[in-house]
Amino acid sequence: MALKEFFNREEWSPYLAGGLAGVLLALSVLVTGKFLGASTSFVRVAGMLERLFWPQKVAQNAYFMKKAPVVEWQVVMVLGILVGALVSSRMSGDFRFTLVPPLWEERFGFTPLRRALVAFVGGCILLFGARLAGGCPSGHGISGVSQLALSSIVAMVGFVVGGVLVARALYAGRW
Amino acid sequence: MLLVAGLITGIIFGFLLQKSKVLRYDKQLGALIFEDFTIFKFMFSAISVAMVLLYAMHDLGWIHFHIKPTHLVANLLGGLIFGVGWALVGYCPGTSVGAVGEGRMDAFFGILGMLLGAALYAEAYPVFKGTLLSWFSFGKVTVPQLLGVNHWIVVAVMVAIMGVLCLWFEAMGK
Repeated sequence: MALKEFFNREEWSPYLAGGLAGVLLALSVLVTGKFLGASTSFVRVAGMLERLFWPQKVAQNAYFMKKAPVVEWQVVMVLGILVGALVSSRMSGDFRFTLVPPLWEERFGFTPLRRALVAFVGGCILLFGARLAGGCPSGHGISGVSQLALSSIVAMVGFVVGGVLVARALYAGRW
Repeated sequence: MLLVAGLITGIIFGFLLQKSKVLRYDKQLGALIFEDFTIFKFMFSAISVAMVLLYAMHDLGWIHFHIKPTHLVANLLGGLIFGVGWALVGYCPGTSVGAVGEGRMDAFFGILGMLLGAALYAEAYPVFKGTLLSWFSFGKVTVPQLLGVNHWIVVAVMVAIMGVLCLWFEAMGK
């Protein structure tokens, strides 16, 4: 029963979980040839939604020709992340419906509308940047850096520098 | 079959992300304001293990690499833009979906924004193709290829750098 207790535990060391994620990536590449990534799936899903209203426009867009609006391996994998997080948080009793993260509340108070708006705007900027850079912390960060790709290491530096500058401005009151 | 493999891979990945708490806004922002380096511990461990396994399997001829092409200006500028958005939303694309899975509903608005960002990029792409994406383009190049050294030397240096950073995080108790 020790194993069951381990899987129900609320928190695993990030070194252990990260190491296992590395094994998962290697196994995935060995078995299916697929590298972990996430941001391309947002393009595919955006294309599927946009196609409902403007099918002509999507069909003629050069980027949607490159990243066709279809459900493929990565789109299903990204949905799997939701399922895996749901299962894990349910098992440990860690699942909570919340609108405002604790750190945000400490700094900006309980402001769910403001939080939703900033998350929306931030998400929009983030994905635009990810596609220009060619990937996100999964595709560039984990998959790309572990192959020692120059593009991925450059993008990763950009992620951290951009993130640190804005985060330190947002939470400037903490020093 | 490939879709089933994708679902299983995603479930395991999501499980590991949730268990290590890296899905949390507090952990992501915590790293960016240097208060809690959990996400970097997770990332560096994943990269180190994957790097050794992938290069070993590649040497054995078991796998093919999938290197993203280098366009220096686009990689760096896109990376910086990503960073700005990341600090605002507090989730990256993969973790935003996982955060919704553990009930953090602010991540849902982040996902809606990401879908809009993807659609806007598709509109901008034809303009970038002949400009940003063609400047300083070097194709699918890796650091060992660029330096002209054996890849295991670079792997060892990278693992050492990430290992030292993790020791430093632990020494600071963050």
